[in-house]
Amino acid sequence: MNAVVHAQTESRHLLSGNEAVARAAWEAGVRVAAAYPGTPATEILENIALYPNIYSEWSVNEKVAVEVAIGASLAGSRALAAMKHVGMNVASDAFMTQSLAGVVGGLVIVVADDVGLSSSQNEQDSRYWGRFGHMPILEPADSQEAYEMVKRAFPLSEEYETPVIVRMTTRVCHVKAMVTVESQRIEHRAAGFQKNPQRWVMTPANAKPRLPLLHERDRKLRELSERVDLNAIFPGGDRRIGFVTAGPAFMHVRETFPNAPVLKLGFSCPPPLAKIRDFASQVETLVVVEETEPLLEIEIRAAGLDVHGKDILPRFGELAPSVLRPAVKPLLGEPYEVPKRPGVNVFPRPPTMCASCPHLGPYFALSHIRNLNIVGDIGCYTLGAGHPWNALDTCTCMGASLSMAHGMDKGRGESDEKKSIVAVIGDSTFLHMGMQGLLNMIYNRGNVTVLLLDNRSVGMTGGQENPGTGQDLHGLPAPRVDFAKLAEALGVRPERIRMVDPYELPTIVKLVREEIKMEEPSIIITNRPCSLTDRFERLQPYTVIDDKCTGCGNCIDLGCPAISVARRETVTAKSGKSKELVFAHIDANTCTGCHMCVGTCAPEAISQPQPQNRTIWIQPHA
Amino acid sequence: MHDGIINILVVGIGGQGVMTAAEMLARTALSQGYDVKKTEVAGMAQRGGVVSSHVRFGPKVYSPQIDAGEADLLVGFEAAESLRWLPQLRPTGVAMVNTLRIAPPVVSAGLYDYPVDPISELAAAGIEVHAFDAGAIAEELGNAKLINTIMLGAISDHLPFPAEVLKTNIIEGFRAHKPKLADINAKAFDAGREAGHVRAFSQRPAAQTS
Repeated sequence: MNAVVHAQTESRHLLSGNEAVARAAWEAGVRVAAAYPGTPATEILENIALYPNIYSEWSVNEKVAVEVAIGASLAGSRALAAMKHVGMNVASDAFMTQSLAGVVGGLVIVVADDVGLSSSQNEQDSRYWGRFGHMPILEPADSQEAYEMVKRAFPLSEEYETPVIVRMTTRVCHVKAMVTVESQRIEHRAAGFQKNPQRWVMTPANAKPRLPLLHERDRKLRELSERVDLNAIFPGGDRRIGFVTAGPAFMHVRETFPNAPVLKLGFSCPPPLAKIRDFASQVETLVVVEETEPLLEIEIRAAGLDVHGKDILPRFGELAPSVLRPAVKPLLGEPYEVPKRPGVNVFPRPPTMCASCPHLGPYFALSHIRNLNIVGDIGCYTLGAGHPWNALDTCTCMGASLSMAHGMDKGRGESDEKKSIVAVIGDSTFLHMGMQGLLNMIYNRGNVTVLLLDNRSVGMTGGQENPGTGQDLHGLPAPRVDFAKLAEALGVRPERIRMVDPYELPTIVKLVREEIKMEEPSIIITNRPCSLTDRFERLQPYTVIDDKCTGCGNCIDLGCPAISVARRETVTAKSGKSKELVFAHIDANTCTGCHMCVGTCAPEAISQPQPQNRTIWIQPHA
Repeated sequence: MHDGIINILVVGIGGQGVMTAAEMLARTALSQGYDVKKTEVAGMAQRGGVVSSHVRFGPKVYSPQIDAGEADLLVGFEAAESLRWLPQLRPTGVAMVNTLRIAPPVVSAGLYDYPVDPISELAAAGIEVHAFDAGAIAEELGNAKLINTIMLGAISDHLPFPAEVLKTNIIEGFRAHKPKLADINAKAFDAGREAGHVRAFSQRPAAQTS
């Protein structure tokens, strides 16, 4: 997968920011690395897993990942946890206290903010956590810097006994750029856990004396920020505007205003306010360019300096050259007109579920049953909100479906009286944070029908493993959780635990109809693997027999991308009403022969040229 | 080319090999001593969505993103997707387009229309357009997955380094990882290169001599 594992010192490589972080972690002597997959951070652990001498794992969620890293640090090992921005919210309980207690082995939290929301439910600025948790933040602007800063983060963490945040964004994680490899791995031996209850048992009595130490550490970090070479001035001849910037925004500033002086903050928290003051005195106007919140801007203004920032720049999204130019040019007295480009009108192409995706069956069922409130979750099945299913009503955060559904049940309003509440969640999201919601619902005598769509994969991030797949981060066999037993242990009555093959459409429609009538929680568990993973078996494609197709369009409603409209005809029915017929076509290259659409076709117009035995892997306790 | 930077935009649909093609271009540019950055706007692209990959190389590249109207070369793996990204192209830019048409479910369902003739629309914008059926060539060669290499062959004479350099980089990659596919990809590259010149529907603006 990645030749850089064997890279020679001083060789040059085209690496993504995530690949650069992995190489740096290995060189820095990291012994334990943990993460939960999440775009755009997923590839950090996938790449770390390729290196020798590092224990690495997919943890069940980000809080667990950080706690694993904390434990390793207390044992004296260098440790790293990686996550996307929303993962930091989950992990925060752990690091907010550990920051007070401190660390032993270097502890680095790499967080990837999805600036521009390419694949997230919100856009949040993780730099707040540095202020909130009293932790220094390093902000790389590209792959080379990600590599260098991760290596520097470990000794920094050890010297100041603090977790260090390396704050990446999508535009660092996923950009491939040149990296010059500087060295090979340097081992850092762990001394082992040194018992010290006053230090590590955070009771109030032990935590309180840490507070002055925390603030003393802050003071020392502020001093370091003033002198560290990561905060550097890039001189420029045009002193009308001086920019203070950090992360990939630096690249956009240099691209757009190559002659302007720039104070680049690689060590952005705590910020070097004296250095910024000095820089401000060298330029006519100071502009802060930061993604996404006005954090530095507020701190600089509080220090008594005049500064432009979000008064002229957007408060969200990437600050690309196309954004900077029109915002900043007027400050220079140079009005800027956006150049006219040819207008084009092309249909949208929203992401959709895949051919033979095992989520298609459940959504076909949900879209055909009336009077449901469908509370969703984070994963590929969130796409069920889109065309043609329109069968998902909420999506908030990992695991929220079960607890929000419970709340929606308990807080029923007038229009909900005849409605059934359904929660839809995937295997990995259920294990991440969903099962607590089920436990809560059982304990509090709720009534929700849960659809647990087990596709044996973290699908949306690219098919990673989890405790339900039977394999670990390295693809090695691992203990596999039994969802039915787990649901029973949490308190769902065995009669209300229903296993179903999501390809058997009539069965799944019938099951959902049955379970929503029950006056108690029930859980319907599907059992087909993600069709993009190796666990999926591709069979001979189906075709539509034109003579038999009656144009009912049922199979189109399934939403399988292998099925498209061949032609439409308007006919007049006996009643005199005109009716549109939709004749279907199955693309042989896309169809995987899963047979799901056969269940939508009453006239039996969908057939396989050479029928073959299907492998069905219903679990034994089904 | 401006400031010595070449901007190439590779566009298509998730799963077509857009990112792999962009990666090949970036690696080849790196091997020629350029500073290189490559970035994607992919989102949840694996699910059949829009993919655009930006490749920038030159003496020193800062921003990885190609600004609107700054692309020198647009490599389109699908007809409507090529049209979608037209505003990214310079007025003097070149578009190399696969005429393949892939209609998404929202079009199939009749919610939107697929453009009648995206290639003519591109041509009407006054840019240099080359369009050909890369899928037909892949079929002649017996493997639909060759479209990627065919498209790289097609643009290989529009790059600041010799076509052979790109070809060698691609084929060496196959020899190292999938040796069985090396020869057929070499053929695909050559066929694409020829198609880019000969078989393509080509429009060159009158004022231009390239």
